[in-house]
Amino acid sequence: MNVTNQDHKNLAIRVQIQAEDFDLESEINHLKQFGDIGGVASFTGLCRDEGGQLSALELEHYPGMAEAQISQICHEAFDKFDLISITAIHRYGKIAPGENIVLVIAASTHRQAAFDGANFVMDFLKTDAPFWKKEHLKDGTSGEWVDAKDKDDAAKDKWR
Amino acid sequence: MVKLVYFAWVRERIGKSQEEIELPENVVTIADLIAHLCTIDDGYAAAFTEPQVIRAALDKTHVLHDEAIGNANEIAFFPPMTGG
Repeated sequence: MNVTNQDHKNLAIRVQIQAEDFDLESEINHLKQFGDIGGVASFTGLCRDEGGQLSALELEHYPGMAEAQISQICHEAFDKFDLISITAIHRYGKIAPGENIVLVIAASTHRQAAFDGANFVMDFLKTDAPFWKKEHLKDGTSGEWVDAKDKDDAAKDKWR
Repeated sequence: MVKLVYFAWVRERIGKSQEEIELPENVVTIADLIAHLCTIDDGYAAAFTEPQVIRAALDKTHVLHDEAIGNANEIAFFPPMTGG
């Protein structure tokens, strides 16, 4: 089979929206098959308990648009930082404190591109991917929807 | 008919996650549609109290409120996103 550059890129960019947890080591191994990799940078976002108050965060998403937005962000990062491969996994549903919410891993020839690629994807994912968090409190009540933060917009703007 | 979908507190205030409606002839843009929905009942009015904070998508692509709806099949309304 004749594998074009576009095919290679589509394979090297992995985006998953899932309820299940993910495994960092197997995800890093997946990225290593795409080239002569010198560095891998990963970011894992976890659910906090907010000073012991939260029993869980419930993550709602817009199916279809969530995949499309994160995929678009990953394609931009892939081109901008000349990455070899990149994976982004975002979970939805009820997630307890200490559990994983999001994973971004970027692989490149040299370390700076891997750091920058993962950082870029997280900054854009926070403000552009259609996910919303609702707090569930330990006393059994349903808390507030988490508000969007101005500092997240500022973090995204630094790449312009 | 066009499909409307709602998420997070927009969904909760309106009281449904999706519906199909016939667009009135005078509804051209997203802003027109928001104004129209607010006339339906208090739930919609509560969801769109501060229309400037509401994000919209046409067929799963972000758009501004002055965007024409055109032939879109699905229009989404939701609060600012808080993923990651």
